Amino acid sequence: MITARLQSESLSEPGPGRSLWQDARRRIRQNPVAIVSFSILVLVGVFALFGPIFSGWSSEDINWNVLGNVETAGRPALDSGHYFGTDQLGRDLFVRTAHGVRVSLMVGIIGALIAIVVGTLYGTIAGYVGGRVDNLMMRTVDVIMSIPYMFVLIILLVMFGQSIVLLFVGIGLVSWLDMARIVRGQTLSIKNREFVESAIVIGVPPALIILRHILPNLVGIVIVYATLLIPNMIIFESFISFLGLGIQEPNTSLGVLISEGASQMQYGVLWQLGFPLFFFIVIQFGFFFLGDGIRDALDPKDRH
Amino acid sequence: MLYFILKRIAIAIPTILALIVLSFTLMHYAPGSPFTGERPLPPEILTNLEAKYGLDRPFPQQVARYVWNIVTEFDFGPSYSYKDRTVNEIIAQGFPVTLTYGSLAFIVSIMVGATLGIVAAIHRTTWLDSLTVGITVGAQVLPNFIMAPILVLVFTLWLGWLPGGGWQGGQWPYLVMPIIALSTSFMASIARITRSSMIETLNSDFILTARSKGLPFHEVVIRHALKPSMLPVISYLGPTFVGLITGSVVIDIYFSTGGIGQHFVNAAINRDYPLIMGVTILTGILTVVFNLIVDILYVWIDPRIQY
Repeated sequence: MITARLQSESLSEPGPGRSLWQDARRRIRQNPVAIVSFSILVLVGVFALFGPIFSGWSSEDINWNVLGNVETAGRPALDSGHYFGTDQLGRDLFVRTAHGVRVSLMVGIIGALIAIVVGTLYGTIAGYVGGRVDNLMMRTVDVIMSIPYMFVLIILLVMFGQSIVLLFVGIGLVSWLDMARIVRGQTLSIKNREFVESAIVIGVPPALIILRHILPNLVGIVIVYATLLIPNMIIFESFISFLGLGIQEPNTSLGVLISEGASQMQYGVLWQLGFPLFFFIVIQFGFFFLGDGIRDALDPKDRH
Repeated sequence: MLYFILKRIAIAIPTILALIVLSFTLMHYAPGSPFTGERPLPPEILTNLEAKYGLDRPFPQQVARYVWNIVTEFDFGPSYSYKDRTVNEIIAQGFPVTLTYGSLAFIVSIMVGATLGIVAAIHRTTWLDSLTVGITVGAQVLPNFIMAPILVLVFTLWLGWLPGGGWQGGQWPYLVMPIIALSTSFMASIARITRSSMIETLNSDFILTARSKGLPFHEVVIRHALKPSMLPVISYLGPTFVGLITGSVVIDIYFSTGGIGQHFVNAAINRDYPLIMGVTILTGILTVVFNLIVDILYVWIDPRIQY
């Protein structure tokens, strides 16, 4: 009878125990804020990718009828086909906003990826090797951190020409520093655990220990930090583009659009600032709350 | 303590030297020169110009001379684009402006941020806390280049209360918007950090002891909880400082305040190498020195830190 009960219980239970990931997935499904944020971000992504299909205009077409009379003829309207109105040059703002969102999201995600790869590698090596190497590597990070990086990036952009590639390099150069510090701290605490010790005892080479035993335990913290890093990267890119040093015409990004809108707002064309600003803020909030939700899901103790 | 300070200074000095050499090297090997304009100069004139500015000497000699001039006389050399002014004069003109609104923004971020954080932590789970958290989350996604146009839109174009830009010797109407735009996102971060560390402190045992011996709550907060809960805020002061310096570029350009950021971007566009390097190195030195002070302050306030 006891065995029967045990069997029936084990049938009703999905498995012998739930892993951290199953737990996390369950918790995040119960977090309405995180789910709503995620859905909104997906919608924004869909808009960025497929929005232009629903408009008759391309991001470089100039509507000559509007030119010179943007304030009235370039208003957002359904019948003119300019759902978000036009910019000062008579280009369709709906398509340009979609384009800008796409570029900004791309910069944010690629910037975060660079940070993840470089920062995680650097941090695990520093933390795992320890001693003098660790000291030297982390001092280097301290030194780079104390340099006003925005100035260095602006110099780079002016010296070597303004290109998207250089913008990525510049973002990559600074974004991995925090990640390296966080990952190093985490590695230090993992490497003294029993499973790492036993791996060392049976003669697993250090590179394999990092790969098989340390990295999988870092995934949680890296994901949380990456979600919070993407909006920072978008701010970073927008900042550079706002100064006119980032993404160049005819390409565009949210920073460029906001900067253009801000320079025109005294002429009664507020939609030129409003729509890009709206998407900027929605994306920022979305990633912020999603990151918060993931952190809560992965570490339920840490709820301040 | 003295040993710790000396050790930190021993790290700070090579950092500054490395920064100087690095930016000089970067400039030296960058394509283009201040003398490459629309019309190419005859080679003889180019040689003369390079001789005048010392650009014809071997690279190590140029570096050494540059570092030597900075270390001994704090002299960044002549500007390439302003014929009649040296880099030092240009910096001396712009720096006080940046310093004025920068330090005010710094004070505002800390005072308002810490107050909001403490209020939220004390009134946890009430509407006051929710309101504060809402404000700080909202403010955090509004960096300076977003805040600046919004402020101008509201206070200049709609309400007409404040001038949309300019400096006028730093009269207060010209200061308000730069300070708000610059400090908003840092204020929010400081509020969040203060709130969570204050909550953590209020949950610890020594606070319980203080409460159970009969001290009133506000007394406990001021005398016991304030100091330990400000420690994370102090370690955030370094990044805030760097952020304010960087943000000043946007403020200077958007509000035409004439600070150091405006000169920096102009210099970058004109390829005015000595001016770019001067500004970069000056802000670098300030950052390193500021971080040094924060580190010392941290150890001084928290006796638990091992050094």
